[in-house]
This record gives sequence, structure tokens and C-alpha cells, in this order.
Amino acid sequence: MTTTVTPSTESGIASTRKNLIDIDDLTREEILEILDSAEGMLEIASRDVRKTPALRGKTIITMFFENSTRTRVSFEQAGKILGADVINVTASASSVSKGESLLNTVKTLQAMQVDALVVRHPHSGAPYFIAKHADAAVVNAGDGTHAHPTQSLLDLFTVHQHVGDLAGKKVALAGDILYSRVARSDIHAFQKLGAEVSIACPNTLLPNEWKPGTRLDESSGFGGVNIAKSVDEAVDGADVVMALRIQKERQDAGHLPSMREYSDRWGINSKRMALANSDALLMHPGPMNEGVEISTDVAHGAQSVVEEQVMNGVAVRMAVLYTLCAPGRSSRLNGSSDEVA
Amino acid sequence: MTNKRKLAVTGGRVIDPGQGIDKTADVLIVDGKIEDIVDAGGSYADYEIIDATGKVVTPGFVDLHTHLREPGQEWKETIATGTQAAAQGGFTTVCAMPNTDPVQDSASVIEDVLRKANSEGAVRVLTIGAITVGQQGKQLSPMGELADAGVIGFSDDGNPVNDANLMRQALAYSVDLGLPIINHAEDKKIRGNGVMAAGEVATRLGLAGAPAEAETAMVARDLHLADLTGAQLHVPHISTIGSLVALRSAKECGVNVTAEVTPHHITLSDRWVYGERGDVPEVVGLDAYDTNTKVNPPLRNVSDRDAMVEGLAEGLIDIIRPTTRPTLRPTKYVLMTRRHMGSTFSRLRLRKSLRTRPETSSD
Amino acid sequence: MTRISHEILEQNRAARDLVLVGLQTRGVHLARRIAENISRIEGFSPTVGSLDPRLWRDDPDVASGQPLQPSDIPDGVTDKPVVIVDDVLYTGRTVRAAMEALLDFGRASRIQLAVLVDRGHRELPIRPDFIGKNIPTARDERVQVSLLETDSGDSVTLRRDQ
Repeated sequence: MTTTVTPSTESGIASTRKNLIDIDDLTREEILEILDSAEGMLEIASRDVRKTPALRGKTIITMFFENSTRTRVSFEQAGKILGADVINVTASASSVSKGESLLNTVKTLQAMQVDALVVRHPHSGAPYFIAKHADAAVVNAGDGTHAHPTQSLLDLFTVHQHVGDLAGKKVALAGDILYSRVARSDIHAFQKLGAEVSIACPNTLLPNEWKPGTRLDESSGFGGVNIAKSVDEAVDGADVVMALRIQKERQDAGHLPSMREYSDRWGINSKRMALANSDALLMHPGPMNEGVEISTDVAHGAQSVVEEQVMNGVAVRMAVLYTLCAPGRSSRLNGSSDEVA
Repeated sequence: MTNKRKLAVTGGRVIDPGQGIDKTADVLIVDGKIEDIVDAGGSYADYEIIDATGKVVTPGFVDLHTHLREPGQEWKETIATGTQAAAQGGFTTVCAMPNTDPVQDSASVIEDVLRKANSEGAVRVLTIGAITVGQQGKQLSPMGELADAGVIGFSDDGNPVNDANLMRQALAYSVDLGLPIINHAEDKKIRGNGVMAAGEVATRLGLAGAPAEAETAMVARDLHLADLTGAQLHVPHISTIGSLVALRSAKECGVNVTAEVTPHHITLSDRWVYGERGDVPEVVGLDAYDTNTKVNPPLRNVSDRDAMVEGLAEGLIDIIRPTTRPTLRPTKYVLMTRRHMGSTFSRLRLRKSLRTRPETSSD
Repeated sequence: MTRISHEILEQNRAARDLVLVGLQTRGVHLARRIAENISRIEGFSPTVGSLDPRLWRDDPDVASGQPLQPSDIPDGVTDKPVVIVDDVLYTGRTVRAAMEALLDFGRASRIQLAVLVDRGHRELPIRPDFIGKNIPTARDERVQVSLLETDSGDSVTLRRDQ
């Protein structure tokens, strides 16, 4: 049913972590621990009466400096099912663009005894800054082009539900790699669980030092990733095909001549999906630009698990919030453990 | 009968690269002029003694690139405060950049600055005139008039002269005046949104990277134009291998060019953005995205840094210029702006492997 | 186990809609064994459900090392008699949490408790209806139940904590 978990410490992730900022921080064991809990959480989130008192009395604040309905609602629901009080704060990054104001905002929330801050910010590194100045657990809901750990966790969970052990599975990521935090987090996450990851996109959307037709080595921090020369090459024989969003801004910035050219040469369509394994999963973090990076028929086709990803997102975020905020966290951090009866 | 003021600075390590002196000695000063440098240990009856044992005694440094912010932004700095800070850092001459308000693009503004400096300045102030009117990069400033008013060179400070033809004309025009053009070489379009050097660190941290070519391309352009016109060019804050290679080639061809490097470009690298003092961490920690490391040009890769050190050692780079007012906004957080004064510390650190030659741009 | 199965049947007048809800992993296996026994005795198989009351507990135990298990009670519990089945009854907090969790599955007509071992030291007013064995223990002792399904065999071990 589940893969055997040997937590790195007797008490696992909850006793060693305060924040979840980058998926790269987590060990393989910690990731598996979250995935296992997420299964139980998924069941609770699917009931008629979706409520537990687990985080009752805890306050979770979602601080979104960047627009996002789906992720915010996902976190909000996760917190609420667990019985926490969830408060949503939206601020535009420009109004809080000066370091002093961000600092003040964080310090003010800090004074109000917040247990967790779920932060999405358009600038890479913002959660590190916040975590330095706040006692609350900081969960990164996406920072700039750097990381989106809960997205990669839910992607892992989705695949895990279908194929079990990810070791040796081939995963293809196609789309805007350069500007994508989802790509970065997915690369780390899938590699940690032993999958073979290939990425495919136009050369203009790769970091300059990543060359098509090569494999990255350890020093890059993304060791082992295969940079395919074409999307067909990446998708060939893949078990998972993940399509990433292409935004129109890329064309405006001169990275692409047109969306149509991208869709012709790099888009995931049924012809390309046919190159993958017959039981391959088609995924997308959403929202989808149908007709650009993914064709409509494939997006809603039999292999698509995009809707599952959404539900799994709530379950995974429940697991993360519970792990970081559950009562008794401070005593666990001191190493004590209670007898169960 | 007037008594001449006599000062003896005794027992210090006297370093004057210009004269090839590096020894423990006593410096004797009479009436404001250095009279002699003698071996340490003498006694000086009617001299005022300043005991410099354990300290370094050097000729006053020259800061080629100061922002005195006066006229126009006196809340940030004034000629008085700016020069006092300079004095504390060991700088006896400063060159005032033209990004004042109004810009130093007319004789009257220059005269204003010099007059104020005379009455309130703590050190000697030289002025740099703007290359273009208002530093806008569209039309040449009245360079002749500025030369007459006493500027020692021309610069648009942090604004690169984007129009290659205009840069050429500026260089050509400056030949008549015998004064150098100092262009901030940075192609902002290539740089894009880069907040640090492009490379592995930027990719890993998800920060937009500025490719080295944003600097190199324009340095190469400027060198060719200097060659074409026979003008004197000064390359500020050189930081990339590509720029260095172009510089070497230009000097070999006899182009009249000098170059400067900042202390951080010969000591730090882009790895410092991890917040681990240059180490590459296994897992990115909370000290990463260190705002103190955002400078322009950005901290470059380790190989660039090493090349700058060698370039300085071999004399290819002529000058170390201290950084004044690095902007510290990694991702639009303005957490603080800081001012480094006095690169004495960094010079001493590098003393063993480098020659240092403080030099005014008019030499 | 057989005796418990008989007792359960008697007390519930062999109700066909009986639901046995096992707790944690071992309780579930015990519940299945009881269901098999009942099937042999009476010829009908009561529904067996599983419940992980972890998120309803009042004491922190995220550090227990076991990931959260999905719960599953087919057809709910509304208007049905329920017997909660667990391996060890100690402070009673697990059972209290289980009862609260059970409420989200519906309003049972009655809830009873069957445990393999009652080791005493109750901290809440919870009492078992069906007991395998009473084993009085000291607080620094541990009761370890092994089952064929999950461990190497059936046994109950009393161990002293160091």
C-alpha cells in the first residue's frame, strides 16, 4: 500500500522543521512522510463532514502578494478542514515594496500570535526574509521564480497514487523553465524520489548555462536533469508528462516569436502524448492555456489527472500545515514523545 | 617673525608606491609641505609629534567617483559632510560626479560646487562634468565650457551613453580638451531585470541574472571608439573577464585607456548571495538573498573575480576605486543603503599581492 | 476473541446492521477477526470499518512515527449499533477521540467498546463493554500487542520502560 518509511529521526519531520520554504530542504524520508499523511488527509477532505479539531485554536494567515485564487483557496480549505482559523491577507507587492513595510507587516502579525504564515510573493527569497523575522511557521506558497514546494509535493502525491514507487520512472517537464518556480521545485522533488527527469523548452527559456542535449551535474544544484533537444525526445517513453504554463509576457520580452510557434514546436498535443507510455499521466499545475502549452483534447483526455491534482493539493497542504502547526510542536522540538493510548 | 608649523609623523609604516617606498620611517612636514622622509627613530625638538607606531602612513587617497549630492539632494549628503567622510576614510582628494540637481552640465553649476567646496570642503574637490545635457544621453553637454570651469573629466555617472554615435562624438570632442571620458558601460537591455550576476547561483535562487555581456559588450564598443578617435577613455568598475580581455587588447594597440576596479569585485563573488560568506551551501539557508550583496555591476562569478585580481596585479587595471553608495535592493526591498568609505582596509589586505597606485584621472 | 464475539452478539441481539469500527492498525485486524467469528456463529458478516482518530486527539502525538491512515466506514453509521474495537485501553483518550471522529460519519444508535487488553489508569470516564483481559500495569510499563496480521505472531507482552 504505502512505501516503507524510515524517518530520519524518531519523530520525523515535525521535530526538525519550522518552515517549508524550498522542497530542496526536505530529505527523501521527510517527503515520503508527508505523502503518507496526505493519503489520510485526502480521505478526510473527501468526506461529507470535512472537519477535524486537529488545529483548533491555531491561527493561519495567508499572505498573498501575488494574485492567485486557486492556491489561496487550497490553503484556506486545508487550514479550515483542520479546524484552524484562516485569515486571508492580500497586499500588492508594490504597496509593500519597501523592506521596512514588509518587515513591519511581519512584525505586527508576529505580535498577534500567528501560528503559520502562508506566503506567496512575486520576489524570490521573500519567505526567507519573513522566516528570519517571524516565529510563526512559514510555508512558501510560491516566491518569484524560485520555489513552490507544496505544488511539487502534490505533483509527487498524484503520481505516487497512480504508480507507487517513483524510482526509475521517467518524468518530462515541458514549458517555461527559466521563469517557473514549479519547474524548479518539480525537478528537485521528482529527483529526490529517484525519478529520471527531462526538461524540454526553447533555448531562450533555459537558464543560459543549461545547454540542450546535455545532462546537468551536481554542482548546478539540479544534478541529473536531462535537458532534451526537443519535446518529442523528452516525452518519448515518459511515465509522466507535465506541461507548464507559457505566459504571453515571454513573447513580449522577446523570448518567443509567437505563442503559435511555441504550441507547434513544443506544445503537448495528442501526437506527442502518443510517444509517451500508454499509461502515462498528463499533468499541469494550472491554470492551463489550452491551445498553447497543452491542447484541449489532451488537457481533458483520459490520461489527464489535472483535476486530481487540485484535490490532492488540499490534502497535501493539510499534511504540511498539520505537520508544522500541530499542538505540542514546541515540546516535540525538545525531543519528548508521548505514549499513545 | 612667523613660526613655520612643523609636524613629525613618527614610527609608522610609510608606503608611497609612487616613490617605491615601503619602510618604517618618520615623515617631516614643514608649513604644509613634506620636507623629508627619514629612517625612524629620530628625535625632533621643535616638531609637533604624531605617533604613528603600528599604523600605515600613505599619501592621501583619491576618490575618483564621489557623490556629493550638492546641489539638489542635500538631505542625503552635502559637500561639507561628504568631504568630511572622505577625510575620515583617508581621502584627500575627491572627484564629484555630475548627478547633482541641477546636473553638473554647465559652468555655473561647476563654479557653485567649487566655491562651496572651497569654503566648506574638508578635502580637495575636483569636479567631473556631464557628457550629455542632463545626463540624458541625447545631446553633448558644453564640454568646452565645462573644461574651462575646471572639470577634470566627463561622465554621465550611472547612465550609460547608449547611442554609439553620440559616444563616438563625445570621445572625439574630448580630444581637443585633453580630458577623459568615463562611461558606465552597461547595456541595460541585455541586463534586463537582472538583480545579480547570471549563473549557477542566480539559477538556483530563482533570481533574474544579468549576463556578463551587458558590461563586456559596451566596454568593447567604447574601446573600439576610443581607438577610432584617439581619445582618452576611463573604464569604471570593470568586473568581467570579457572586459579585461578587451582591455588588454586595447592597451596593446596603444589605446589611451585606464581602468578601475572596486574592492568588492576583487574579493567577493556571486556566491556571497547565499549569505554564507562565499561558501556554497548544501541547502539554502535563511541568510540567503543577502541584500548587502546587491551592487552594480553585480558580484560576478569566481573566475571573473580571480581574473580581476590578476589584472590588478599585472597593472592591466590601474586603480582600485572604493564603492560609494552601493544600491542595496535585491528584489525591491529597500532595506538599507550603505556607504563604504575608505578602501584602506582592503588595500592593506591585498598589499602583499598587489601594487596599488592611487591616481587622478588627469595624470 | 471468540468469547468477545459471542458477547457482542448477545448484547446486540444479533443486529444485522452492526458495524465494527477498528482503531489504528491493530484494532482493524481485531475487528475483522470478530467479524469472521460472528459470520461463523450467526451466518452474517457485520460491516467492518477502520478509523484513525489521530486528528481528534487532545494530546499531541504527531511524533508517533505513523503516518495518518485514511479512515473508511462503508455506508456510514447512522442509526446503526457500533462497536469500537481497539487492542489496548489505557487512558481512554484514543477512544474519546474516536467517538468524536465517529460523529462525523453519522449518528449511531449506540456505541460500545471492545478491547483486547485493559491496562487500567483511566484519565477519562470511558469504560469498555467487552474486555479480552484485564492486565493491571504500572505507568512505566508498556503493553505490546502483536498480531499475526501485522507482526510475527499473536502475543501480548508486558515490558518495563527504561
